[in-house]
Amino acid sequence: MAVHRLLRDSGHLLRPLLILLAGLGIFLLVRSAVVPKAFGQYGHYRPAALAVNRQNPLVFAGQGACVVCHDDEAKARAAGKHAHVACEACHGPQAQHAADPLALKPTLPDVATLCARCHAKDTAKPKTFPQVITAEHSGGVVCNTCHQPHNPHL
Amino acid sequence: MEISRRELLTKCSKLLILTATAAKALENSRTAPGHDDTYRMAEHWWGMIVDIDKCIGCGNCVRACSKENQVPQGYFRTWVERYQVTEDREHPLVESPNGAINGFSPATREDTKSFYVPKLCNHCADSPCVQVCPVGATFVSPDGVVLVDPDYCLGCRYCMQACPYGCRYFHPEKEIADKCTLCYHRITKGLTTACCESCPTGARQLVDLKDPKDPVHEFLRNNKVQVLKPQMATGSKVYYKNLDGSVR
Repeated sequence: MAVHRLLRDSGHLLRPLLILLAGLGIFLLVRSAVVPKAFGQYGHYRPAALAVNRQNPLVFAGQGACVVCHDDEAKARAAGKHAHVACEACHGPQAQHAADPLALKPTLPDVATLCARCHAKDTAKPKTFPQVITAEHSGGVVCNTCHQPHNPHL
Repeated sequence: MEISRRELLTKCSKLLILTATAAKALENSRTAPGHDDTYRMAEHWWGMIVDIDKCIGCGNCVRACSKENQVPQGYFRTWVERYQVTEDREHPLVESPNGAINGFSPATREDTKSFYVPKLCNHCADSPCVQVCPVGATFVSPDGVVLVDPDYCLGCRYCMQACPYGCRYFHPEKEIADKCTLCYHRITKGLTTACCESCPTGARQLVDLKDPKDPVHEFLRNNKVQVLKPQMATGSKVYYKNLDGSVR
């Protein structure tokens, strides 16, 4: 009698078990469909995201691209105090110009703001860095009247 | 044709082994990158060195970053702070007008200790922002750069709360918690970051800690170097030379 009852009552366990298994099956199926195969290859992330981050277009061409054509300016610059200032630090981003020199013609920077940004007197700047009180230094005369920006010594 | 049980089993197992290897090879050939790419992630471990004694607060890095990465106006992946420390004040005066995208108005006080501190994502090796991301949308790449997967980011902003350096921002159009990528699109092509490219004094330099010839090793050996908030044990890879104790 006891065995008979057990067999009959086991249905109560079997049915939820089947539902659980079916649920687990669906979960695994959906999971395999939505989680990319390579997920977890390097860590808890999608390796394809690395490629996504590499896709961004270049805006700054880099110093190497500038000196390929502009070797006169590069030589003048290398001989002076601005030797370690990259071209694009003053001339702005030029990747488009580097890709097609005719497509984008770089405009000359506004000398008054450009020079002052670095060389205006500021007590927070390193003491050894050359600084001037612009109004007293030139009396309104534009910097490149006296200083050649690529090799700025007088 | 008669075939013994032994022969059948041997043949079957041979076939099984061969097909399994072939299938695996086929799978590998599919997952391998198709483009001729010379960049090997395992050979790099990127970081940055910042020399406080060289920063002049010109804001070139901020402008360059914003142009290179199309950072929305009013948001910053890198910024420059000016510290003014006086003995009579408990806390230093810290300014960063609009992230210093237009530089600073000159400081004139001679009686204070003042200096500039450029800041950016510290690309932590044990990054708090990575630890809290519930969906694996932010991660440390095999070459040590903390990146965001724009397709996976839900915009829950947990990472923004977790970052002790305040280096993350919520991108208003993409609606993701965006951040500095250490110009991953540039450094993987052999270029330096936009901020380092445009820094006129070389105050910040991209370094590869896995490259034995990189000047970073000499820099770390010969200077007094500090990372920001070392007590947080984030494994920050932005090393500051001669950082003042007042910097937070």
